[in-house]
Amino acid sequence: MDFQVVVLAGGNSKNLTPLVSKELPKPLLPVANCPVLNYVLHQLEQSNLKDLIVVVEGEDAALLVGAWISGTFIDRLHVEIAAVPEDIGTAGALRAISHHLTAKDILVVSGDLVSDVPPGALAATHRRHDAAVTTMLCSIPVSGPLESGSSGGKDKAKKLGRYNIIGLDPSKQFLLHIATGAEIEKDARISKRILHAVGQMEMRSDLMDAHMYAFKRSVLQEVLDVKDTFQSLKEDVLPYLVRSQLKSEALLNRTPQGEENSNEKVSSQNNQAFISRILANASTPSFHGIYSENPDGSSSTRKTHKCCVYIASSSSYCVRLNSIQAFMDINRDVTGDADHLLSPNNIIGPSPKLGTKTTVGPNCRLGEGSEMGDKCQVKRSIIGRHCRIGSHVKVVNSVVMNHVTIGDGCIIQGSVICSNVQLQERVELKDCQVGAGFVVTAGSEYKAESLAKKEK
Amino acid sequence: MDARRMSRAVPRVRQVGFFTPNTPAQQPQPQSAAPSSESPPLSDSPASNSLSPVMIPPPRHLSDNLGGRTAAVPVPGRENSGELPTVGSYNPSESVLWLDSPPRSRIGDEELSEGAESSLGWYRRSDSAKFASSLPSGGFNLSTAKHPDSVAAVEAKNPLPEQSEAQKEQASSSKPLKAKTTKAERRALQESQRAAKAASRAEANKSGTPGGAPSSKPMKQPPQKKDGPPVASSIAASERIGVDRSVEKERKKDLPPPRKQFDDESRGGRAKRRSVLNQPEARNRVELFRHLPPHKNGTQLPYLGSKFFELHEKHPAVYKVGLQYLAGDLSGGNARCIAMLQAFQEAIRDYSTPPEKTLTRDLTSKIGGFVSFLIECRPLSMSMGNAIRFLKSRIARLPLTLSESEAKTTLCSDIDRFINEKIVLADKVILRHAATKIRDGDVLLTYGSSCVVEMILLYAHELGKQFRVVVVDSHPMLEGQKLLRRLLVKGLSCTYTQLNAISYVMHKVTRVFLGASSIFSNGTVYSTVGTASVAMVAHAFRVPVLVCCEAYKFHERVQLDSICFNELGDPDAISKVPGRVDVNYLDNLTDKQKENLELLNLKYDATPSDYISVIVTDYGMIPPTSVPVIVRGYRKEYLLI
Repeated sequence: MDFQVVVLAGGNSKNLTPLVSKELPKPLLPVANCPVLNYVLHQLEQSNLKDLIVVVEGEDAALLVGAWISGTFIDRLHVEIAAVPEDIGTAGALRAISHHLTAKDILVVSGDLVSDVPPGALAATHRRHDAAVTTMLCSIPVSGPLESGSSGGKDKAKKLGRYNIIGLDPSKQFLLHIATGAEIEKDARISKRILHAVGQMEMRSDLMDAHMYAFKRSVLQEVLDVKDTFQSLKEDVLPYLVRSQLKSEALLNRTPQGEENSNEKVSSQNNQAFISRILANASTPSFHGIYSENPDGSSSTRKTHKCCVYIASSSSYCVRLNSIQAFMDINRDVTGDADHLLSPNNIIGPSPKLGTKTTVGPNCRLGEGSEMGDKCQVKRSIIGRHCRIGSHVKVVNSVVMNHVTIGDGCIIQGSVICSNVQLQERVELKDCQVGAGFVVTAGSEYKAESLAKKEK
Repeated sequence: MDARRMSRAVPRVRQVGFFTPNTPAQQPQPQSAAPSSESPPLSDSPASNSLSPVMIPPPRHLSDNLGGRTAAVPVPGRENSGELPTVGSYNPSESVLWLDSPPRSRIGDEELSEGAESSLGWYRRSDSAKFASSLPSGGFNLSTAKHPDSVAAVEAKNPLPEQSEAQKEQASSSKPLKAKTTKAERRALQESQRAAKAASRAEANKSGTPGGAPSSKPMKQPPQKKDGPPVASSIAASERIGVDRSVEKERKKDLPPPRKQFDDESRGGRAKRRSVLNQPEARNRVELFRHLPPHKNGTQLPYLGSKFFELHEKHPAVYKVGLQYLAGDLSGGNARCIAMLQAFQEAIRDYSTPPEKTLTRDLTSKIGGFVSFLIECRPLSMSMGNAIRFLKSRIARLPLTLSESEAKTTLCSDIDRFINEKIVLADKVILRHAATKIRDGDVLLTYGSSCVVEMILLYAHELGKQFRVVVVDSHPMLEGQKLLRRLLVKGLSCTYTQLNAISYVMHKVTRVFLGASSIFSNGTVYSTVGTASVAMVAHAFRVPVLVCCEAYKFHERVQLDSICFNELGDPDAISKVPGRVDVNYLDNLTDKQKENLELLNLKYDATPSDYISVIVTDYGMIPPTSVPVIVRGYRKEYLLI
């Protein structure tokens, strides 16, 4: 279909410390005992997209991710791993691999997207409108009951920044305005030209940019070349394209001009114009077309490009893993409501050993080789592989990764416990994140704290 | 002498229904019980008395035919009579055809009687007129003999059974008289007899009448052979009028050319299996139009989109065009055709022959796959069908010696030529022709948005002619507004009105310019729904109607109505008015109430040629009756390009 897929897997994310570390880059962060990147790749595979470019920040992370992909998707996907330096942003990452891009259109997917929206739908919309960029919007996920906890205030402040203000045209097909939360607080600048051309704009704040884009390759490369200060796709490139959609510089239309010049005969050019006029008249005009028509009706001189949106239906699941809260939510949803997302290679291994009178509630995942003592309670939680859990342990709404040792009488609520953590006896954790390899001493109590090993 | 001339010169349609006028005359008294009450007009109609039986006007004997049949042929005839009112309400000429054909067996019989008649012509001169007129009753008898349970009744009714037998013999003996046939012809005759026999036997079995008395069969075949094609076409035409499903189904088996869209179960099933899209269920669709493929509305769009990457065998360009058809982004015969051809062009450019296959075969099947995908998105227009036929014939005629790249460039340039010559140049020629018909002070009316008409108006405006334009529009497409906008931008003075006001504006109008989706070889214009009403009103006001249509859109099919072949639009489009939340009368119906609601949004209608003054095409301005000439010449031409 002449699409190239770029998965921006990322590397170490500051938002997710202490969950991610050098040993565990973000793409490999387990969601329901399965690296988050797996969800994206699995979905692309299902859509029959088997040639991928996975961009990872940092050489070490790239090695780890590459090893995991080649182990998991051997023979199924044809993946190129590209390592880019850290902190160059999403736009920078694309710029770095720009010379690899050859297809007509580029599908850019964030590696932390957990979604069941078929990428084909986005691509189809993109093709249908012949757009310069198409972005997928999804409704903002409802955060679960967890949020009402003590950490709520802090999270809410963070979340406000995550919201987008999005302007759509009445048919909900074109993107007229996009701004991230931080910009809104100052003021929203809306292009008068666009507003004038469209006549009506619908402002939405209940939609979220899902970070899945389809770009026209020529446009993307031009923008990346010319605007070399652009760092982020979402914050720089996309707003730029949206802003300039009615006065797109000639650079965006260089290719069609070249084609026209190749027609040397005047008559054939006439015919081309004739045909294009028939086609243009027959198609439903978008405001771009109307705008590019000069008032006197002469042929268009103003260049435009289209920025389209694909709005995922509200029934589909679409969340980005870009914060600890999101991590908790996704873990909960993937085991609960949205369990169809779990790919078949995620089947639980041989059943773990359970002690007497130990109960495991619904919506739980237990990794293979885990052992639990007597009279334990596990509710709505995920426990990784080879964990050893003592007796009288209560785990609620939590994520416990691999190789964790939990002593007797621990109570863990709403927390994330990374790999190789050791919890000694009678530890009480509530809404905490415990970084990899940390040792929590016996009898300690923590509430809404982030515990991590000191960097040596 | 007179009779003989008639038998040769009378048009086919009349021949088909021809035997019937005599039947009432033949079965006067005994039959009187049931049918006579319906059939009296004929027996004493002046036409039947004064003229030779052939001359009796068709609509007359139609009713008689029916009456006779209801008496004679119990089962199917009764059904037909029940259907008559529905049929008659459409168009008398249709119903003639329809009535003529229903059960398959009748057709043969009618032909038989006709054949007997024509052969009889040879000795009609010497024989008494009485004898001649009685002959057709033999034909009638034969037809009823098919249905043995009714034979007795007919026999009882028929005053002269032996005579009819005698006639049979005479007819057969008369055959050598007229037979100047060559050996080959006779052989063909024989074969067709055999085929017809087998067919009728099969039908007899099917319809459950045991031992379908084929004694008279051999006799009736020769005439069938003689004027096979016209009869077949009339059958086909009547076949398309999808009124009586059961009767139709009976006929379907042995009729070769049923031109249906999805009426045929097997075809529909096959299409379903192959289909990419979900077939929407056929709920709440108007009975009469259930045979048309259901509309695939925008809800299919996400579904098709989600399959975007899975359908990799469809070329992206083709896929894009399909999406645009489905979403309604692209409409209009010319534009759809051009877009499709350009997509094919791209697909051909990217094509490479797989190993161990030849380009001719593989590319043809590939194009076929594209076409079926496009059909799923939206039924093809006639123009597209013609263009596809052109392309396929070009592929088939590629010399085998050509290398792959040469073949591809040849095809691409062929497509370019088709677009340029058949569409662009044709439009330019049409402009010239039509502009001569616009004079200063004219008020031109157009309906909908036709790209040719628009160009004509703009061209005439550029020539400096002073005229007004009335743009008539209709819901739900409101395409006229698009046209209106473009005309106003160019500075034409326009009037805009809706279709329901057409009779008020028409008296000021001096010319009506209409576009067409296709023109059939009987001169019927197939165009956006509403065109027929415009043309009809214009005709009533004696305003000339000029239909502008490129010759590549002509089609050799004959169509009489807009039921058998049409396209269904989105039913929701007519029940909801976009942008008007206050018009929501249909919103709050319960599901149970909605069960009784059937929405019909037809896309096209057929304008009879009577209402059309002239067709402006790239071959000049022609009357509608000349369409077949161009269809024939044109077909030859584009095969030779």
